[in-house]
Amino acid sequence: MEHPTAGHANSGHGLRSYLIGFVLAVILTAIPFYVVITHALPPQSTMVVIGVTAILQILVHLRFFLHLNFTSTPKENLLAIVFAAVLIFIMVGGSFWIMFDLHTRMAV
Amino acid sequence: MFGRLTIEALPLYSAIAAGGAAVTVGGALLVAIAITWLGAWRYLWTDWLTSVDHKRIGVMYIVLALIMLLRGFVDAIMMRAQQAMALNSGGYLPPEHFDQIFSSHGTIMIFFMAMPFMTGLINIIVPLQIGTRDVAFPFLNSLSLWLTAAGAGLVMVSLVIGKFSTAGWTGYPPYSGAEANPGVGVDYWIWAILISGVGSTLSGINFVVTILKRRAPGLTLMRMTPFTWTALCASVLMAFAFPALTVACGLLALDRLFGMHFFTNAHGGNMMNYPNLFWIWGHPEVYILILPAFGIFSEVVSTFSKKRLFGYESLVYATAAIAILSFTVWLHHFFTMGSSPNVNAFFGITTMVIAVPTGVKVFNWLLTMYRGRIDFHPSMMWTIGFMVTFVIGGMTGVLLAIPSADFLMHNTTFLVAHFHNMIIPGVLFGYLAGYMYWFPKAFGFALDRKWGLASFWCWMIGFYLAFMPLYLLGFKGMPRRMEQYNDPSWQPYLMVAASGAALILVGIACMVMQLYVSVRDRRKTADVTGDPFDGRTLEWATASPPPAYNFAVLPEIRDREPLLDMKERGVTFQRPAAYEDIHMPKNSAVGVVMGGLAFVLGFAVIWHIWWLVAACGLAMWIVLIARSSDDESEFRITAAEVKQIEDARFRALASQTTSRT
Repeated sequence: MEHPTAGHANSGHGLRSYLIGFVLAVILTAIPFYVVITHALPPQSTMVVIGVTAILQILVHLRFFLHLNFTSTPKENLLAIVFAAVLIFIMVGGSFWIMFDLHTRMAV
Repeated sequence: MFGRLTIEALPLYSAIAAGGAAVTVGGALLVAIAITWLGAWRYLWTDWLTSVDHKRIGVMYIVLALIMLLRGFVDAIMMRAQQAMALNSGGYLPPEHFDQIFSSHGTIMIFFMAMPFMTGLINIIVPLQIGTRDVAFPFLNSLSLWLTAAGAGLVMVSLVIGKFSTAGWTGYPPYSGAEANPGVGVDYWIWAILISGVGSTLSGINFVVTILKRRAPGLTLMRMTPFTWTALCASVLMAFAFPALTVACGLLALDRLFGMHFFTNAHGGNMMNYPNLFWIWGHPEVYILILPAFGIFSEVVSTFSKKRLFGYESLVYATAAIAILSFTVWLHHFFTMGSSPNVNAFFGITTMVIAVPTGVKVFNWLLTMYRGRIDFHPSMMWTIGFMVTFVIGGMTGVLLAIPSADFLMHNTTFLVAHFHNMIIPGVLFGYLAGYMYWFPKAFGFALDRKWGLASFWCWMIGFYLAFMPLYLLGFKGMPRRMEQYNDPSWQPYLMVAASGAALILVGIACMVMQLYVSVRDRRKTADVTGDPFDGRTLEWATASPPPAYNFAVLPEIRDREPLLDMKERGVTFQRPAAYEDIHMPKNSAVGVVMGGLAFVLGFAVIWHIWWLVAACGLAMWIVLIARSSDDESEFRITAAEVKQIEDARFRALASQTTSRT
């Protein structure tokens, strides 16, 4: 059987792209840690920074480590990502709704 | 050197705990002596423990599940006995011990009985039903098995060294936090779940890929068997839901080990986020367990009614709908947390909605039976028993879905009765139906019918005796998990419940007898054709037990019921013109080694033996790198060898036909 990753070595998924991904991932991890440790921003903005860097981190992983993009990726893989996005939206969105609702009721 | 592990860890605090430890150690020793006496260590190691064959991995999963079923049931009957006795007295179990028992009962039954039973059945049957030679990642499959076994091992070891959690199977903080619960109990619980949870996530991914990528030619999605469909949906749920559990338990572990504040009351922690995360996994988990059982019922009903499944499409869509909806109901496990009415109403309504596709399935099965020629095989009896009982459990579930009613009933034995009413018929009866249905496929001889039926009736009647009184007690206001009580009107109900547990014990004894009798008479009930029940699906088209490669030539699928289609065209048992070489994955000891290391790692973290944690972590990393660099993980079965195996099968078939006529 043809090894599925054999053809990929020459098609731009070389060491370079992994290194770029790695450096980006490290930077996106360092930013929230820095913001939290130094208390550089008020709590609300800190949370926004953590959320935004987390989403960027996901995109970096998908692009540089899983090699997904909109041109050469088969449709079923994109479908799987959309499905995952829906579930993650339900889980994360639901948790926000539940926990912020509780927070308001506890605080007022 | 040994962290907080001292001689004090031995369970000498009570005679019963020491007895439990002695039984565990004695049982393990007995098994070891028996294996040595039979001289079977080498056979066990090369043919089973290191095997990456999906059928053998499946059998090992089910062996693990049955052992843990016994352990979990011992816990159950001990609780029933305690509550039957404990009116105005301490009964025979001290509170500390009683709390460990209900915690381990739930943990074991969900994580180490139901999960391995399900994964085992999927492992044995799904690759056969989709006509492939193995799963997509055979080594990963072995690794999943051994990580699950490592988790089960940690629960068993807690009987002998230290104590188990007293925080219930859900382990809610702050009670499970370091402040209220500084001992090792909760750590045992956390690490058993974290380690086996990794195994379950990997299994889920493995089966999603297997079912999507490894189907035989012509097997479109809408030709897949109901069991394969439900296995696919359950695997997707496993891959997505288990990370939530890993996060919840991981954060709790960080709280306990490093004094963090995710779930503490102080320093910005929020303990209610733990139930939130836990049930994001916990509710899909219910459907992870129950969907494959629905698939089994669908197969069994169709085979033993000798009819095509009624409303296949509706069943598939109902399965998919349940899979998605199962992610939208989790708050109903903590309605009483104090959310605003809108939040509670939303989750109450989604909970009622999810009952609809489940109801659709009940009609699918009923109408499949309608005007069928029903063979009352034990598997069929489990299915009918399930339908009758499960509908009652579903009703009480819809009742609990009303938040205002839940406020009255939550934390009572009504809830205990409700979820046992879903899980025992819905999950366990399903797996037992599958076990009795597919046993001849896995081993080449059938299970005894008489003892199977006896077991069914004991379980069925025992179930009603054990749990119907708990509904009534819930209405009377009895809280769950009570070690003793002072209301004399409760005791008669609890005595009936205890008698139900005793009847279930008889049912389990009948299962053991069934296994013994069937093994003894295995020559009489041998299944030469590979198709003992006049089956309709692909797993019955190959030999029983199937050869390592499953199918000598991969079948071409033309219908939803491939074997029935082959029978109608008269092409069953047709010899192919020629055989080809088959590539199969090599056995590997890496799975066992990784499982063993994970077990020691978990044990070391629990007892704070940090040097051992570092050593195990390093060793696991090295083994993983070594395995990843191994390029020779396959071997070849030559066409001549395949021909030899297949010829032997056809000779046996021919002699069977002549002796019959």
